[in-house]
Amino acid sequence: MTDPSPPPEPTAPSAAEAAPAPPVSPGEVLLEVTDLRTTFSSPRGPVRAVRGVSLTLRRGRTLGVVGESGSGKSVLSRSIMGLVPSNATRTGSVRFAGTEILNADAKVMRSYWGDQMAMVFQDPMTALNPVLRVEQQITESLHEHIDLTKKQARDTAMQLLESVGIPEPARRLRMYPHELSGGMRQRIMIAIALACGPRLLFADEPTTALDVTVQAQILDLLQTMQQDRQMAMILVTHDLGVVAGRAHDIAVMYAGRIVEQAPAASLFAHMRHPYTEALLRSIPKLEMSKHTRLDAIGGRPPDLVNIPEGCAFAPRCPHAQDRCLTEDPQLVPDPADPDHLYACHFPVHGVLAAATPVTVGAASGADAGASS
Amino acid sequence: MAGTGTAHLRDASEALLRVEDLVVEFRSGRKQKVHAVTEVNLDVLPGETLGLVGESGCGKSTTGKAIMQLPPPTSGRVVFDGTDLTQLSGNDLRQVRTQVQMIFQDPISSLNPRRKVEEIIAEGLDIWKVGTKEERAAKVDEMLLTVGMDPEVAKGRRPFQFSGGQCQRISIARAVITEPKLIVCDEPVSALDVSVQAQILNLLEDMKAQYGLTMIFIAHDLAVVKNISDRVAVMYLGRLCEVGDPDVLYAQPAHPYTAALLSAIPVPDPTVRPDTRQTLGGEIPSPLAPPSGCRFRTRCPRADQVCKDQVPEMTEVAPHQYVACHHPIAPGESVASVELAGARA
Repeated sequence: MTDPSPPPEPTAPSAAEAAPAPPVSPGEVLLEVTDLRTTFSSPRGPVRAVRGVSLTLRRGRTLGVVGESGSGKSVLSRSIMGLVPSNATRTGSVRFAGTEILNADAKVMRSYWGDQMAMVFQDPMTALNPVLRVEQQITESLHEHIDLTKKQARDTAMQLLESVGIPEPARRLRMYPHELSGGMRQRIMIAIALACGPRLLFADEPTTALDVTVQAQILDLLQTMQQDRQMAMILVTHDLGVVAGRAHDIAVMYAGRIVEQAPAASLFAHMRHPYTEALLRSIPKLEMSKHTRLDAIGGRPPDLVNIPEGCAFAPRCPHAQDRCLTEDPQLVPDPADPDHLYACHFPVHGVLAAATPVTVGAASGADAGASS
Repeated sequence: MAGTGTAHLRDASEALLRVEDLVVEFRSGRKQKVHAVTEVNLDVLPGETLGLVGESGCGKSTTGKAIMQLPPPTSGRVVFDGTDLTQLSGNDLRQVRTQVQMIFQDPISSLNPRRKVEEIIAEGLDIWKVGTKEERAAKVDEMLLTVGMDPEVAKGRRPFQFSGGQCQRISIARAVITEPKLIVCDEPVSALDVSVQAQILNLLEDMKAQYGLTMIFIAHDLAVVKNISDRVAVMYLGRLCEVGDPDVLYAQPAHPYTAALLSAIPVPDPTVRPDTRQTLGGEIPSPLAPPSGCRFRTRCPRADQVCKDQVPEMTEVAPHQYVACHHPIAPGESVASVELAGARA
C-alpha cells in the first residue's frame, strides 16, 4: 500500500490523534492533485497507467472522469485514495483539505478511508463480502471511526438504508448479498460508502453492471446524496451520457492523461479534442434512424508499456499531422475560455454535441446530431 | 403489457423463424416454478434483424437460448425453415445447429482459453468434415480477414492474448464460418467500450450484408438495438410488451414500459436535466410469482382493475406497431403526463 519513496515531509499525525483534516466549507477546494503519476512494475517493463494528472475539486462539486478501458481512469481514483497494489509507484502530490496524503502510511490512510473519503465500486456483487450480513458490512466503518454502541450503529445503519431507498430496512440488514438484486446491492454499497459522512466520494463505474432503469435510479440517488451532504464527488465512467447531466466538470482521459477538461456545458458545446469528439460520435443515439453507420474509432488505445512518442492519440486521430507524432501536446487553456483545457496541436471545433434532447413522445425520428 | 396474442406475426410461409407460444419454466425448490418466458410469439423474416430488449430477468436471453434448444423450451413451437426444432433430437438437431449459430455476451469466457484461435474458428467445419484440411485452413484465414484481423498474427494465438473487442471478432468468425442462416446474438456488445462497440456493430452489419444473414439481436441498450434492428420486440418479465419498427416505436412508444425504458437512457447532452425525466420506480417482480393479468401493472402508473384481471392481447395501434396493453399511450399524447409510480424517492 505505502509508497517506497521517502515521504517529502514529516508524516501526518497518526490515526489516534484528533481529526486529521480541517473543515472545508462548501465551494472551497477540498482536493488538489498535482502531476500525479502512477507506474506499475511488470515483467514487460513499467506500465505507466497515470502520466501526470493535475486537478482541483471543490466541495459540493462533481467531476466526471471519462475514458475507455485502459485510459487510467480507475487507477487515477485509486491512486488518489491510496488503494494501489505494492508494485505501484506514485509520484506527485495529492492534497486533501490542505494535507499532503500521497505518501501517508497505511495507518494514517485508514483514518481517511470511510471517514473522509469513500468509494462505490463497479461490481456490487464482488465488492460486498458474500459471507457477512448487510448489517455487519455497513456498521464496520462506523465502529472503526465513531464510538457507537451496537444498538446505535444498528439504528444508524437502518437510517442509511432508508435514505438510499431500500424498503423494509430492518429485514434487509439481516440478509446476505446474494439475497439482493443488483440494484439493491449497489444501494447497499452506497450506504456503506456514506456511513461515516465522507467529504469526498469516488464512484467508479457505479452503474455499468446495472440495467438502464436501475442506472437512472442509482445516478439520481448519488446526485441527491451529493447535494444533501455537499460532498465532492468523482464519477468515473466510460459513458459520456452518464456524466452529461450529472457532473459539473468533465475530464476526458486517454492513455493516462487528461486530454480535455471543462465544465460540462462548455465541453459538450465546444469540444476541442478529437478524441472527445470521436468518443461522442461512436455512441449510437436514439434520434439516429435505424441502420445508421456508426463513426467507430479505428484501432485501439496504446499499450501503456510502449506509449507512442508525441500525442498518444495520434495513431488513431483523423486530424493527426507530422507534428503530432513527435511533439507531445500539453494541457493548456483555450484562449477564448480559460476554464476549458485541452491537449491538442490541431483542436477541432466540435459543435456536433447538440444532440437533440430525447423528448419521448415527440417525433424524435428526424435525424439530428451526428451528421457526418 | 406483458401480453399474449399473435397479431404481430406475419405470414408463416414468409418467416425464416417462427416462435409460437414459447414457454420456458425452471423448477426452483419445492413446487416452485420460475416463469422465465410465458407465451411468447415471434417471427423473423429472411434477412431481417429482430432486436429483443428488456431489463435483466425479462427472459430475453432465455428466449434466445430456447430458440437454440439450449435447453429446449417447456412448451411451444420453434419453427425454423419449416422444421419444428422442438421435435428434433440427436443427429437431426446437430445438423440444424450448423444453420443456427449464437454469439455470446462475454467474448473472453465464451472462447476456450486452451485452444488456438484457428482451432476455435475451424471447429464447426472440423466436426462436419467440410472440405479438405487445406480448404478449411483457407476458410479460417478468409474469415479472420473478413472480421478485420490479420490471419498470420491471430491464428496461432490463444484468446487471452486478445482484447474484448478482438475476442468478439473471433466469436463472430466462429459463428459465421458454418454459413448459418440465423445468428442469435446475446448481448454481443454490452461488455465492450463505446468505441469498440461501434466497431463491432458496424462489423455485424457488414457481415449481415455480405453473408445474407438473419439475426436476432438481444440487448438491454435501446439505442444499440435501434441502430441494428429492422424490428424491435420489448420484453418484460417473460412476456412481450410491444413489437414494431424501431423508427416508429421509438418516436411514439405505445406501451408505458417502452416509454419508461426510453426515458431512462442517459443522453450525452448536459442541457437535458436527468431529474426532469421520469424514471421507473421499483424493481422487476420475482418471476417465481409474477403478477396476475398484465405483468407490468405493479410498476405502471396507468394500471387499474382490468390490468389485474386480464392479460392484455397484442393489438395493432399503428402501422407496424403492435402493443399488448389495456391503456396504451395514444399517438400524440405526451408521455410527460405518465407519472411513473415511485419515481420520486
